[in-house]
Amino acid sequence: MPEKAMLPEGFSDAPISIWRRSLNFFATLAAVGAVILVLLPLGAIFGYLLYRGLGSINWAFLTQIPKPPGESGGGMANAIGGSVYLLLIASAFGVPLGIGAGIYLSEYGRGTRFGNLVRFTADVLNGVPSIIVGIVAYGLVVLAEGHFSALAGGVALAIMMVPTITRATEEMLLLVPQAVREAAYGLGVSRWRTTLSITLRTATSGVITGVMLAFARVAGETAPLLFTAFGNQYWNWKVNQPTAALSLQIFTYAISPFDDWHRQAWAGALILIVLIVASVGAVRFVAGRGMLRGAS
Amino acid sequence: MANRALGAPRLTGPQPVPEEAVAARSNAQVDSLIKAGDSRVADRAFFFAMLACALSVLALVGLIVYELVTKSSLSWHAFGWKFFFRSEWDPVNDQYGALPFVYGTLVSSILALLIAVPLAVGVAVYITEMSPRWLRGGLAFTTELLAAIPSVIYGLWAIFVLVPLLRQYVQPFLARYLGWTGLFDGPPYGIGMLAAGIILAIMVIPIISSITREVMTSVPQQQREAVLALGATRWEMIRTGVLRNARAGIAGGVILGLGRALGETMAVTMVIGNRPEIARSLFAPGYTMASVIANEFSEATGDLYLSALVEVGLALFIVTIIVNILAQFLVWTVTRGTPARGHA
Repeated sequence: MPEKAMLPEGFSDAPISIWRRSLNFFATLAAVGAVILVLLPLGAIFGYLLYRGLGSINWAFLTQIPKPPGESGGGMANAIGGSVYLLLIASAFGVPLGIGAGIYLSEYGRGTRFGNLVRFTADVLNGVPSIIVGIVAYGLVVLAEGHFSALAGGVALAIMMVPTITRATEEMLLLVPQAVREAAYGLGVSRWRTTLSITLRTATSGVITGVMLAFARVAGETAPLLFTAFGNQYWNWKVNQPTAALSLQIFTYAISPFDDWHRQAWAGALILIVLIVASVGAVRFVAGRGMLRGAS
Repeated sequence: MANRALGAPRLTGPQPVPEEAVAARSNAQVDSLIKAGDSRVADRAFFFAMLACALSVLALVGLIVYELVTKSSLSWHAFGWKFFFRSEWDPVNDQYGALPFVYGTLVSSILALLIAVPLAVGVAVYITEMSPRWLRGGLAFTTELLAAIPSVIYGLWAIFVLVPLLRQYVQPFLARYLGWTGLFDGPPYGIGMLAAGIILAIMVIPIISSITREVMTSVPQQQREAVLALGATRWEMIRTGVLRNARAGIAGGVILGLGRALGETMAVTMVIGNRPEIARSLFAPGYTMASVIANEFSEATGDLYLSALVEVGLALFIVTIIVNILAQFLVWTVTRGTPARGHA
């Protein structure tokens, strides 16, 4: 039969053999098994966070600062505040830089060699381990100032935010149709006004998505804060003083020998994960409704 | 100026009319947009501001390299290449060798990949080829959620849930049936290389599986239909029609996962045991490059000590950069032609 000769190796026009059918069955089974094995730890992590965390969150946890080691009670109010403070410092540096670089890539650097270099470098920066970023922030800020500080922690987190925001901004701006820009030029609007008031505005929700993703990424970062923000048992709002952070506090409490601190570590972890999942969820909600307002 | 020089906006109609002519008949909003300053100076200023932002991305990477190289030079001059082949780490006598950390990093990452790769590819195959449509989005979102969990929370969970589980059930079982290999030997502490490998595996699964999903989706639909039309079962279609075409991209995803595992710090630090030893058994405690920096950097007294830690960081930086670039290249070779083929 001429058709048979054209079949690739391993196939025949005979009815599907029991061997091939069972192989197909076991492959399907293996894939389903893989899904279950992956969902299992995810379920276990969230289950434990809720189980251990919900029972531990109380008013004192949210409003008080830590008690001395070994004493029970106290809370993580200063760490929660410190994390927010660090994120604010980080976004003061990271967000404008990231959005600016994104604007450059999409509006001026499209297809140019320099643009490609910047895009590639942003991807490289994205892959740098966070602990290395901590070393750099230590060298830049801590050594210069002579002591650990909130500023150093903020700089470390900002360095980690920049590549995420840059690439997200670029992608969102590229989605804005060229015709929208041309319409603005046609009305005599200058190029910079077009970029800021027309292009960037059209893509606002997409850019905010990118910024939120960057937030979610750095909110739980611990490694770069170990020797920059350093942690603090008390409130601190000074930029040049060490500050507490939720992730640092979870780490310190988790490896401590005290049961009450373990309890608080779970509570802190639950608060951290709720903040992160809420922002990722909000991002997906916005993304699902279309990145662009008024365009396309 | 910058406008014309770069030529990005291709104006098909007439060029912008003089400002006065437009302003006369435009509404208030457009009016305010046009009148905002001398556009030629402002355009230039804006261009240079954005260029500065783009340059700062380059500067950041340059800064990282500069900081790591200058701060590690002391250790480099003291030990040279031997630094990576010596296994003593003795801050008291100022003797430093990074071999145990290199070993710990490699073994924990490879162990993680051995566990993660089959699972991640299985999940990707299920989501793209087998799952009912209504389940697809939910499953994809759930696996991505694993990537959003911070490292320190993985560590917390590993200390209080995974490690006791390993100590009580898994390690005695492995020791009894696989103890003869020498890999599962010694007292079952729970904490150690095995725990680090497992927690790393859980952390890299979402990365590998999302890249695998992406490259599998980029295999044209006609190819699947063609293989099925030849009488293949669904598994044969996936194996010959999809996986074979996507293998370079999947390799890229695996290498990207490796890059993440190599640099992962907190979760590993919390469960690996932090002892600079090289042991054959996976039950034994170890130490990784990232965790030694995390644990000792803020307490390092002495210039040589600090410099040795930075050199460990420099080595980690170089390896992860190479691994990441390789991964991106591999993914790119699979996904690059996609849009063109899709339209054909």
